[in-house]
Amino acid sequence: MKYKSQKVAYWFFALSLLLLTLQIVYGFVMGFARVGMDGLHEFVPFNTARAVHTNLLVVWLLSGFMGAAYYIIPEEAQRELVSVKLAYVQLITLALVGVVAIIGFHFNIWEGRKFLEIPRPLDYLVVINVLLFLGIILVTLFKGKRRTTTALVLSMGLFFAALLYLPGMITFDSQTMDSFFRWWVVHLWVEGVWELIMGGILSFLLIKLTGVDREVIEKWLYVIVGLTFLSGVLGTGHHYYYIGVNKIWIIVGGIFSALEPLAFLAMALFAVNMYRKGEKKHPNKLALYWTLGAAIVSFVGAGLLGFAHTLPQTNIYTHGTLVTAMHGHLAFWGAYAMIVFAIISYSLPNMTGRKLYESAIGRAAFWLSNIGMVGMTVAFGVAGVVQVYMERKLKMNFMEVQQEIEIHFIVLIICATIFATGITLFIIDFIKHGTPTDEALESNN
Amino acid sequence: MLSKKQARAFFLIGTLVTFLVFIGLTVYSLSEGNDQTNKENLTAEVVRGKEIWESNNCMGCHTILGEGAYYAPELTKVIDRRGEGYIKAILMSPVPWQPNGRKMVAYGMTEAEATDVISFFKWIGEIDLNGFERIVSPLAKDRFNN
Ligand code: HEC
Ligand code: HEM
Ligand code: HEM
Ligand SMILES: [Fe+2]
Repeated sequence: MKYKSQKVAYWFFALSLLLLTLQIVYGFVMGFARVGMDGLHEFVPFNTARAVHTNLLVVWLLSGFMGAAYYIIPEEAQRELVSVKLAYVQLITLALVGVVAIIGFHFNIWEGRKFLEIPRPLDYLVVINVLLFLGIILVTLFKGKRRTTTALVLSMGLFFAALLYLPGMITFDSQTMDSFFRWWVVHLWVEGVWELIMGGILSFLLIKLTGVDREVIEKWLYVIVGLTFLSGVLGTGHHYYYIGVNKIWIIVGGIFSALEPLAFLAMALFAVNMYRKGEKKHPNKLALYWTLGAAIVSFVGAGLLGFAHTLPQTNIYTHGTLVTAMHGHLAFWGAYAMIVFAIISYSLPNMTGRKLYESAIGRAAFWLSNIGMVGMTVAFGVAGVVQVYMERKLKMNFMEVQQEIEIHFIVLIICATIFATGITLFIIDFIKHGTPTDEALESNN
Repeated sequence: MLSKKQARAFFLIGTLVTFLVFIGLTVYSLSEGNDQTNKENLTAEVVRGKEIWESNNCMGCHTILGEGAYYAPELTKVIDRRGEGYIKAILMSPVPWQPNGRKMVAYGMTEAEATDVISFFKWIGEIDLNGFERIVSPLAKDRFNN
């Protein structure tokens, strides 16, 4: 009872992995620049490398989410996608916009606002592209035989993610106002609507992998996304403490952002409990690793490490230091990168017909990438704490402190190499599965 | 035991209420009386300076108001710390500025452009940051305490 149109998901996943590879290359460029090896400075100065690194991150995650939606929605709605052709058009234009933006970054063409560097004309193309995507998904859902909570939460997440792109397109004369509305995009994405996307994918995977009753899983899904918004919307205030707006945010942001880890805790408990409860054990162990891994690592990276610097008394010291980079890496990895890897691991054997469950390569990919990323987080974390102490307590000069912490970036590069090895193995495993076929999809049930 | 319907109600009501409060607080904190940024000092030079700041993505190496990249010095209080002449020299330099070995992009700005950027930094430096201004820049902090 599977649907042929699902195979378009494969190409979104392939694009995802390609862009991830590039993202990592630019990550290394920055890592080396920080230990004095900046031979590429003429062509790829640090700000170019950084803009490429973070924008590719966002684009590959979005491509992964879109692939996930193209795979999940037909199955949930029980019908083929309304147009496969348009889905391919959407894939190609997404790739083009991404590539053009990144080339532009090498020629000083950008907006210079963190995470939203894509220049204005391309913003409009992004909007059109996303509207096309939403059109395909929502019409399919609307015409489908059933409308499940899982599909609804996933689509709602995607819809609001698109809507929230718009406040980032307003321009202001004041840096403070710019920053204020930049967070409507960045914060309300990662600590709001993207969690709906994550929750939707997670719940789909848990239904498939554990065999626990859909009604039970979807009930908890509502509780989780409820906790997400209850804490996350007002939690935006944790970015407003020290940018030049009213002190009211110190209280509101402090209280509500401190509650945000609850949603991630709920997600982790939910996944582990459903796994324990499940009667049916799906043979795809790798998908299960990544699914449970996403739920647990996101709690550590987003929940615990987010909490570590979210109280105003702490944030006044850590605001805008490498402590933030530490948290950013593990949170993005655990919550969003790992959930994309989970849906890839689950859907790939179904699309290609090659059931390479539990391959040694697949398992090594999981462990190496996770160990590497945890190591990177520790390296950033130690560098960050030392930076905060020396620069903001001992009042040392910024550049002097940077020289003191250079050693931690050697550690970062070593751990990043372990991480990159894991990713390479994942990609090898992906390629080994071959391409999707209609026969494979038809033979699933 | 919680039913699915109750769980959905929790989600919908919680979201609606916090969203409305959020909009209310946004309007409140951005209202005229609560301005902490000296809006009246946002002159044409400051705005031009901000455009130069953005179109070159200075935030890809530096932080300002504690936002940006962690590769190069935080610039919120840079005027207090370094003075105008020093900054002008950096911005107009035709070769990468790197007294401590880490390179900045050589912008080779004109005097007028550099002055605009400095106006922007001056405006930034006057914003009331709820106490962060005393922590963010060690040297500027000494001046506060004296
Ligand atoms: C490629 C990264 C990079 C970019 C892009 C960059 N800078 Fe810098 N900048 C640096 C580094 C590194 C230093 C510190 C150099 C040193 O002290 O060795 C610096 C120093 C400065 C300083 C002096 C700060 C101090 O306390 O000594 C100012 C002011 C400054 N930059 C302004 C700017 C402006 C304005 C822009 C954008 C037009 C910009 N920078 C773009 C890397 C960069
Ligand atoms: C998956 C979820 C999350 C992701 C992907 C994420 C990612 C990030 C990133 C990339 C930044 C830097 C943003 C920028 O400067 O532009 C950031 C900042 C921050 N995050 Fe998160 N985060 C997540 C969840 C959380 C949670 C749950 C909390 C709180 C409990 C939190 C607390 C913070 C704080 C306080 C900052 C500001 C740091 C500063 O002042 O420099 N985050 N986050
Ligand atoms: C080889 C692997 C990687 C290396 C060496 C690396 C290195 C870096 C460096 C040096 C920075 C800039 C910090 C600064 O401003 O000084 C950065 C930023 C960032 N990277 Fe990576 N990275 C790698 C992989 C990843 C991955 C896999 C993710 C996501 C899952 C990621 C997410 C981010 C984010 C969100 C930021 C912005 C952080 C912030 O502004 O606080 N990186 N990275
Ligand atoms: Fe946040």
